[in-house]
Amino acid sequence: MSNTQNSSLRPSRMKRRLSRDGEDSPSSCEGPTDSCKRVRQPTVDSGDLPPDWACLPQEILLHIFQFLPLLDRAFASQVCRGWNEAFHMPELWRCFEFELNQPASSYLKATHPDLIKQIIKRHSNHLQYVSFKVDSSTESAEAACDILSQLVNCSLKTLGLISTARPSFMELPKSHFISALTVVFVNSKSLSSLKIDDTPVDDPSLKVLVANNSDTLKLLKMSSCPHVSPAGILCVADQCHGLRELALNYHLLSDELLLALSSEKHVHLEHLRIDVVSENPGQQFHTIKKSSWDAMVRHSPKFNLVMYFFLYEDEFGPFFRDEIPVTHLYFGRSVSKEVLGRVGMNCPRLVELVVCANGLRPLDEELIRIAERCQHLSAIGLGECEVSCSAFVEFVKMCGRRLSQLSIMEEVLIPDHKYSLDEIHWEVSKHLGRVWFPDMMPTW
Amino acid sequence: MSVSSISSVSSVHWFRKGLRLHDNPALLEAARGSHTLRCVYFLDPWFAGASNRGVNRWRFLLQCLEDLDSSLRKLNSCLFVIRGQPANIFPRLFKEWKVSRLTFECDSEPFGKERDAAIKKLASEAGVEVIVKTSHTLHDLDRITELNGGQPPLTYKRFQTLVSSMEPPEPPLEPLTRELLGNCVTPISANHRERYGVPLLDELGFDTESLDPAVWPGGESEALMRLERHFGPDSNTAWKENFERPKMSSSPLLASPLGLSPYLRFGCLSCRLFYYKLTELHNKVKKNASPSISLYDKLLWREFFYTAASNNPRFDRMEGNPICIRIPWDRNPEALAKWAEAKTGFPWIDAIMTQLRQEGWIHHLARHAVACFLTRGDLWISWEEGMKVFEELLLDADWSVNAGSWLSHSCSSFFQQFFHCYCPVGFGRRIDPNGDFIRRYLPVLRDFPAKFIYDPWNAPDDVQRAAKCVIGVDYPKPMVNHAEASRLNIERMRQIYQQLSRYRGLSLLATVPSNHMEVVGANESQGATAPPTCWRTHSSTSSHTGVRREQQGASRARHSITRQRHALSHRTSPYTIQSDLTERSHEFAIPKQPGRLIWPAGGGTRRSEKEEAGLNRCHGDDGPSSSSSAPKAQDDEKMQEDAEGVAFCS
Repeated sequence: MSNTQNSSLRPSRMKRRLSRDGEDSPSSCEGPTDSCKRVRQPTVDSGDLPPDWACLPQEILLHIFQFLPLLDRAFASQVCRGWNEAFHMPELWRCFEFELNQPASSYLKATHPDLIKQIIKRHSNHLQYVSFKVDSSTESAEAACDILSQLVNCSLKTLGLISTARPSFMELPKSHFISALTVVFVNSKSLSSLKIDDTPVDDPSLKVLVANNSDTLKLLKMSSCPHVSPAGILCVADQCHGLRELALNYHLLSDELLLALSSEKHVHLEHLRIDVVSENPGQQFHTIKKSSWDAMVRHSPKFNLVMYFFLYEDEFGPFFRDEIPVTHLYFGRSVSKEVLGRVGMNCPRLVELVVCANGLRPLDEELIRIAERCQHLSAIGLGECEVSCSAFVEFVKMCGRRLSQLSIMEEVLIPDHKYSLDEIHWEVSKHLGRVWFPDMMPTW
Repeated sequence: MSVSSISSVSSVHWFRKGLRLHDNPALLEAARGSHTLRCVYFLDPWFAGASNRGVNRWRFLLQCLEDLDSSLRKLNSCLFVIRGQPANIFPRLFKEWKVSRLTFECDSEPFGKERDAAIKKLASEAGVEVIVKTSHTLHDLDRITELNGGQPPLTYKRFQTLVSSMEPPEPPLEPLTRELLGNCVTPISANHRERYGVPLLDELGFDTESLDPAVWPGGESEALMRLERHFGPDSNTAWKENFERPKMSSSPLLASPLGLSPYLRFGCLSCRLFYYKLTELHNKVKKNASPSISLYDKLLWREFFYTAASNNPRFDRMEGNPICIRIPWDRNPEALAKWAEAKTGFPWIDAIMTQLRQEGWIHHLARHAVACFLTRGDLWISWEEGMKVFEELLLDADWSVNAGSWLSHSCSSFFQQFFHCYCPVGFGRRIDPNGDFIRRYLPVLRDFPAKFIYDPWNAPDDVQRAAKCVIGVDYPKPMVNHAEASRLNIERMRQIYQQLSRYRGLSLLATVPSNHMEVVGANESQGATAPPTCWRTHSSTSSHTGVRREQQGASRARHSITRQRHALSHRTSPYTIQSDLTERSHEFAIPKQPGRLIWPAGGGTRRSEKEEAGLNRCHGDDGPSSSSSAPKAQDDEKMQEDAEGVAFCS
């Protein structure tokens, strides 16, 4: 809490109270407890009169305000001058989420332009945790950049640029976006978290980021930033030794990057998220050496490797040939039985597996193998993947209670001689030790 | 007038849904002991033909009315189709016909309830007795809600449990017959046809020239014929097609002459008759086994959505709908039009939308496919827009069922396994590998080899030329890159659900409420009887104290369910800075106030019970005018309006 702010506000409040209560001992106004007593006094004196809310001590007011959404605070601020002053206390302006939506492209309301103006004028130096939610219109992305470029006298700790629909930052002229973003990079100096997925950020701007924030940066999420090169991200990894979380696309992942992240100077990495996206069918993907992954695991034994695959079936060639320390695996498109077989063989650290679809043949053996070899697996979700009921039950039996999440659509479970669909929920519930049902979509 | 009505009962039966003579308790009430009976249907020509929209639906309706009229004529009665709005016209009819009794089928939908309340008032002012009977649903929906502690159940499983604890639906009643009518007559004036006849489609302004014959002819007679067909020589096929649970592969995508859903929607077929016939059919086909509740899935899903919607006038919207998650959908009229007009460039999607437009019906897996594509799968367009298109085109789009299904398909409510995304290429290929369905509805693609028929843009130029269809010229290129779109959309969904679950780890699945957990949550918040599923609750009490804390506020949650859901909104915390990712399993708990601030100071991420209690007291003490509960509704309103105010801890 900022004491200076409190003390600077107190006199005016006191004055008002004095004039109203006819009291003349300003010394009694020290500390919240005293103030509280004072506040109650009039009620006692005047019997039925309501308490004088204008005299709530600033600390208490602040505490209450912290739990109110902005709009409620704004209403409250119209009650009296004291509440209005409380409304502007820096503590209440550390976090702000700008929502930039256009009526033509979004159903949601936008942050009012007057509020934005007021924040820039009165509170920009208080902002520390800022995010921008931007709809699919270029206009909104531009508005976000406009605000960013006015944040010259603030020191942000976190910044998030979030496209809520189509990625609209990508439609801005790159230079425009970059110059706005670097305003923050240059002025902030102590950024710890930065989320800039789906933006035109580029290597030179990352260099500016590193030059100003290398000691503080802990989290960097930049999935699908096409203007960043492997060298650009390597520069970040080389110099930001406190980096704990990183999200990027596979094309930025290199052996060098993994080695840089596992260097002695570097703190242990906690999360690494890799999106493997195919830009054009038949794309060739490079491989990462097993030795580089091994170095990562040695350096950060507990790190989580999250991989999202959005590939065509025939693009999986280079993946899962060797052991890989992946912990969370998500297949967004159809994936073959063969690849899932390799997953079972080469992903000993696997904790979560989500398969959206596979080919036409049931996944029975693959699942059993995964249950056998992925000893940490605790969550699995299967979309359009047919599995026979008995293989599914066997899988659940092998994993047992460590399966905390188990999700499969009812229509992909193939009844067989052992279990019907009505029996399977009992059988699975038994092995899980809790009631379980397959997922169901409504039938019309 | 009230005196004369005792001596001579003059009844009006008002048809809305329930366009049938069989199992129509309100109609029987109208006939019972009355001297005259007039059956009316209100039709507002304003709603029709203005554009050629929804022509299949209007045709179906008029065919139902024709059929009703001709059945009534066999009983020496007839149908009075009245042009205009019931509220404007009933008072005049009451006088003109000296009406003493008005009967109609109970309408559980909010709009219908409101309309009926107004008419009941008009009737009582005119001294007309009103009799309302439930027959559009299997059960009295208020009973189900009551059994669940005053709130409609939020999961289908819970609903099934409630329904199986109830007595079976009442058996269907006999149809209206001459015997039942007895001395009751219908006064028919000479100019009946002009004044009250069933209009023709072109009289309503539709262009009927280019209209193909109806794949789904409307009417009670057709419905009963279809029902009987199930008991013909091909019972087994009928069974497989209609009542075996649908499989991902080899589902019949074409309209079946056995299909019944549009007839249920318009009430040409009584759901209770269907229910009992289904039991009979089951016993015939599956001789030994006794039917499990899943046999009635189709009927029960319908019933489920009717129940869920019965007290929620905003069931068909996102804003202000307490059970709908707010998702920042894209507003994109061009993309929406491409979807609705079958120009997405994905043959599977376009074929389905063509079938829908031409015939008024699509298979339910096809519904999953196009609904997922429009919303969370590819286009990120609001489910409300899709629902409106279905409303216009789909013959069986009951308001409740249509909205409920769209809520589910878009993962806005009821169904939340958002990672199950249907691929607009692979899903269809699985069901119909050869692409015959596409060839039928998109003749332009007829000559593509099966290998490319689901993704013709990937076919080499010579293949496209040989098929006499160049992609981008004769058939559109795909409007989105599905891989890219699903990457973006899954991530957005994940963030939204992460915010809802207050789960801070990396797991995708942990952000998804299990269908069973929701039952627990829903019940806790409603203070209903213990669900049949408490194992998991136990396991979570013991080990996940953090989560339990969120669930403790059962009693408060009861009044704040609306508030929570509003607040769910789209205030996704931008990122997980303190991602306490762990090996311990995270379970989903319905957050008490997910939209509230997460405060960097004070250690906790949510206010404690005590703090909140104190806060409520503050409100309560505010003055005599505002009780502590009164501002709640306002509060919800505000929270919803309040677009600002989220934060994240550092």
